[in-house]
Amino acid sequence: MSVPLIEVNHLHKDFHLGRGRTLKAVRDVGFSIRKGETLGLVGESGCGKSTVGRTLLRLYEPTAGEFLFEGQNVYSLSRAEMKAMRRDMQMIFQDPYASLNPRLTIGDSIGEALDVHQLVRSQKERKARIGELLELVRLRADYANRYPHEFSGGQRQRIGIARALAVNPKFIICDEPISALDVSIQAQVINLLKDLQRKMGLTYLFIAHDLSVVKYISDRVAVMYLGKLVELADSETLYRDPLHPYTRALLSSVPIPDPDVEAHKDKVIIKGDLPSAINPPSGCPFRTRCPLAQQICAEEMPPLAEHRPGHFAACHFAGADPA
Amino acid sequence: MSEVLAYKPVLEVRDLRVSFHVREGEVQAVRGVDFHVNPGEVLGIVGESGCGKSVTAQTLMRLIPSPPSRIKSGSVRFLGEEVLLKSEKEMQQLRGSKMGMIFQDPMTSLNPTMTVGRQITENLKKHLKMSSAAAQKRAVEMLKLVGIPGAETRIHQYPHEFSGGMRQRVMIAIALSCDPALLIADEPTTALDVTIQAQILEVLNDLRGRLNTSIILITHNLGIVAGICDRVVVMYGGQVAETGTVKEIFNHPKHPYTEGLLKSLPRLDTSKDEPLIPIHGAPPDLVNPPTGCAFTPRCPYAMKICQRLDPGLIDCGGTQAARCWLNHPKVQEAKA
Repeated sequence: MSVPLIEVNHLHKDFHLGRGRTLKAVRDVGFSIRKGETLGLVGESGCGKSTVGRTLLRLYEPTAGEFLFEGQNVYSLSRAEMKAMRRDMQMIFQDPYASLNPRLTIGDSIGEALDVHQLVRSQKERKARIGELLELVRLRADYANRYPHEFSGGQRQRIGIARALAVNPKFIICDEPISALDVSIQAQVINLLKDLQRKMGLTYLFIAHDLSVVKYISDRVAVMYLGKLVELADSETLYRDPLHPYTRALLSSVPIPDPDVEAHKDKVIIKGDLPSAINPPSGCPFRTRCPLAQQICAEEMPPLAEHRPGHFAACHFAGADPA
Repeated sequence: MSEVLAYKPVLEVRDLRVSFHVREGEVQAVRGVDFHVNPGEVLGIVGESGCGKSVTAQTLMRLIPSPPSRIKSGSVRFLGEEVLLKSEKEMQQLRGSKMGMIFQDPMTSLNPTMTVGRQITENLKKHLKMSSAAAQKRAVEMLKLVGIPGAETRIHQYPHEFSGGMRQRVMIAIALSCDPALLIADEPTTALDVTIQAQILEVLNDLRGRLNTSIILITHNLGIVAGICDRVVVMYGGQVAETGTVKEIFNHPKHPYTEGLLKSLPRLDTSKDEPLIPIHGAPPDLVNPPTGCAFTPRCPYAMKICQRLDPGLIDCGGTQAARCWLNHPKVQEAKA
């Protein structure tokens, strides 16, 4: 087994809301990703998955924890060192409409990254590189002079990908890259991301709420609930044999486009709503909605333990069936 | 009950055409749509953004402002009466009583300055001429019906005191309070998380068995359609691309667009090694809609005739019909 490209240990991120209130968005999250691997990070809105992505890139400063990139702690870098490090780590955002400057041609949006990191020496080289990047994401090189409004959502998302690739990164955080796209366009972008990974040996952290897509694109999947990791396993295992009751509920909630499967599905519908992250439940964060909850769940936070090789779950009753 | 059953179908839409006039010209959002809803059934209308599904739904309720929209032709018969000929006053009597509706975002559809209870009782007093006491009792019953715990105290609370899922339950309670013949649900779970979505779908599924309400469910999510609908209308480029029972459509799609949609999405139960087959290109521009079949530029089976002539909905046996030349008897013959 190769050395992980990235390793995250005990990551915490608090947001101070004033009047002494604190929103604990990420609580003690840890995982590693090997080179060339895709780790999926799933959970519902407000679970902290996007905060994890943004905190890794230091778009938010972490409250505590460490993030090792090729063995180096990213959080101890100076501003100048961090700027250099950003060449290796890039992000693709959810909304392709909001993430491109409407007043720059897409060539200039992509070229900006080349300029900042001084990756090209002449205008000619810059133009050639931009053309190359556009073709890499299956757009035409001569589109460089056009503005974002001339493109559809799917095309804009590909421009966002080209811009992320401009600096030859090793690690890309994809934050809900396809959830704003129409169904028939999603597959185009999923296939492109998979292709690029194969060609360029990229490592992805793929953040999304759509379990079917995450399972399809990821080698391993981590499930978050209320700021905590509750389960982590390779994607087939997680789907076939989920250990955490939340993962089970989440999986059974995903509607499958097949009437015969839907008719015979065992539905686990969990009651209630997500508790507030400002005042999370004591012990296990899921206990207020959990069909397995006992006294101990309110008293003690179950650790993320390895129940089977490579299969982690944070539950006192991992794998148990509801009585 | 008897009133509803007297009409079969509850709703019948014929050759509906709706356009929007914008600077670039006339956007032909709905281009000749036909479908019907039978008593007690759940009809799904699926399609991507811009396919005309929401415009169709809003036209049924006459909720699109005109201008910019214009209903160019067609007929919408609801319980035997022509909706498109009704005055705004008559529509107000219809909406909220015989025709209920729920939308994507419950927060913007609820009145933030009124208690939830009053928003239900207002409806009951107006349409069913109930007394305050009777309406109050019925409001509590309705909230219980949609699974809101502590309904007696919750009716005195305001919308901001409810979570997203609970607000959508309130919307459903309001929509169903006057026992409508038809409930139009436009992307009712799109703004919700999957576990909450599952709760709301369970509420709808449970209610369809208990009330005699027909439902039109508009969604882009094929999984939801498979789970809850009886029949489906697949829309593309402002037209009906295919229609049939859920089983017919999902097991034997007869339109390449339906087939494409089903193949292009990873399912939770598909293996990672199965490739996704994307639909190339983008949906048509409805300012200048294509003369032939709207799907031709993206269709892997496109023939010469597809560019020139729109096939219309061709009967495919059973209740299934598809707007595709491949189902034409002559083409079927040639294939055999």
